[in-house]
Amino acid sequence: MASYRNYVMAQTLEEAYALNQKKSSVIVAGNMWLRMCGLKKQTAIDLSRLGLDKIEEREDAFVIGSMASLRDVETHAGLNACFGGVFARAFAPIVGTQFRRGATIGGSEYSRFGFSDVSAVLLALDTRVVLYKRGEVPLSQYQTEAWDRDILTHIVIPKGRTAAVESVRLSATDIPILVCAASVGADGLRLVLGARPARAMIVAEGMKPEADAAAFEEIAQRTAFGSNLRASEEYRRKVAPVLMLRAAMNCIAAGEEERA
Amino acid sequence: MMEIRFTLNGRAVTAMAEADDSLYTVLRGLGISSVKCGCETTNCGLCTVHMDGQAVLSCSIPAPRCEGHSIVTLEGLQEEAKALGGCLADEGAEQCGFCAPGLMMNVLALAKENPAATDEEIDAYLAGNLCRCSGYMSQRRAVKKYLAMAAGEVRA
Ligand SMILES: Cc1cc2nc3c(=O)[nH]c(=O)nc-3n(C[C@H](O)[C@H](O)[C@H](O)COP(=O)(O)OP(=O)(O)OC[C@H]3O[C@@H](n4cnc5c(N)ncnc54)[C@H](O)[C@@H]3O)c2cc1C
Ligand code: FES
Ligand code: FES
Repeated sequence: MASYRNYVMAQTLEEAYALNQKKSSVIVAGNMWLRMCGLKKQTAIDLSRLGLDKIEEREDAFVIGSMASLRDVETHAGLNACFGGVFARAFAPIVGTQFRRGATIGGSEYSRFGFSDVSAVLLALDTRVVLYKRGEVPLSQYQTEAWDRDILTHIVIPKGRTAAVESVRLSATDIPILVCAASVGADGLRLVLGARPARAMIVAEGMKPEADAAAFEEIAQRTAFGSNLRASEEYRRKVAPVLMLRAAMNCIAAGEEERA
Repeated sequence: MMEIRFTLNGRAVTAMAEADDSLYTVLRGLGISSVKCGCETTNCGLCTVHMDGQAVLSCSIPAPRCEGHSIVTLEGLQEEAKALGGCLADEGAEQCGFCAPGLMMNVLALAKENPAATDEEIDAYLAGNLCRCSGYMSQRRAVKKYLAMAAGEVRA
């Protein structure tokens, strides 16, 4: 159970940012994760009244407010049509529909959980995050950074890639043991591995868009995996090439379908 | 303490809440006993209520966020609950029955959002409602029966 003295419905981003500079404050987004953390804080800062829940389609990109829910994203017709239906497929195993109606895309990306399906898919898609003070940062860079006190306001996903995702779980709706997101674009095939169990990262880029089993095996051999309660390092390394193969085949097929 | 005004089962209410209260805590304080908390990890579905017509987990909704919104619990859906409860009982889908209130709230949301749901869509929609007794097959049969019944009523 969290414990807060004050609960502030922020009226502006500037107010939220200023309050968040104190260590005794915490940002509340979907509250799905935060609820479990048992934090004791002076001030909880609520972002729900800032109009950050919109999904906007621009000519060259989608701009998603950080408070859009995972459910908003997975059911958005424009997003799914543009990226090979990857969001519906990638988010479906995350707990349940009510949960995903609460969990936000911004809370997910700020947290950069190692087990995140969300980070893996977004990394496959040239995503940029928009931070209130720092401005736009490529997600590939943000993924490597420590948590800070800036506010993630939007997620920008440029058009131009088609993606697919595969994951393995011990049981349905549990967090994944391994996630692979693949995407194809003008520069070829990109592969992302997440839940290694460390944070998701790009493991290959600019590959020929082919189902090259030997190449995927080689990538698994040189990628860093670890062991935790759910699976061993060896298990993850064995499973990775299979997930890469499936995700690659699916996104290549989806890309061809989109062009047809 | 802060004052929160919202609509509960169609009636305007004012509740007092602490800064760290959840909607769940506030509802229990208002005597709403159908809503239960089955986990500390936001993943059992037992606390499901409708907020502005959509199924949400009341354990994770900060109470202050409910200001001005409409909340509906099983107490406010007695007719639907009776019909769905009958289907669950007929199919032997209730054993200890602990999961039922949350499941029912989510099934009633499904009935509105996707009344002609396929087996796969039913399973996916209800994946976040854990049940430790039924094995889910009897629940799925009951849900199909209820959806068919509800669709019949709409046509009639
Ligand atoms: C039981 C459970 C199972 C899960 N399973 C999966 C899974 O299988 N796959 C998966 O990908 N994810 C999973 N998740 C993670 C989930 O999808 C969300 O990523 C997580 O709940 C955080 O999102 P939130 O909106 O709830 O954020 P909150 O819980 O509100 O916040 C999380 C953290 O982010 C900070 N924060 C939130 N928004 C911002 C912002 N805009 N700017 C700056 N800081 C911010 C908060 O201060 C807090 O530190 C799971 C979570 C839970 C609780
Ligand atoms: S009590 Fe378990 S999800 Fe809310
Ligand atoms: S009937 Fe016992 S938990 Fe579902």
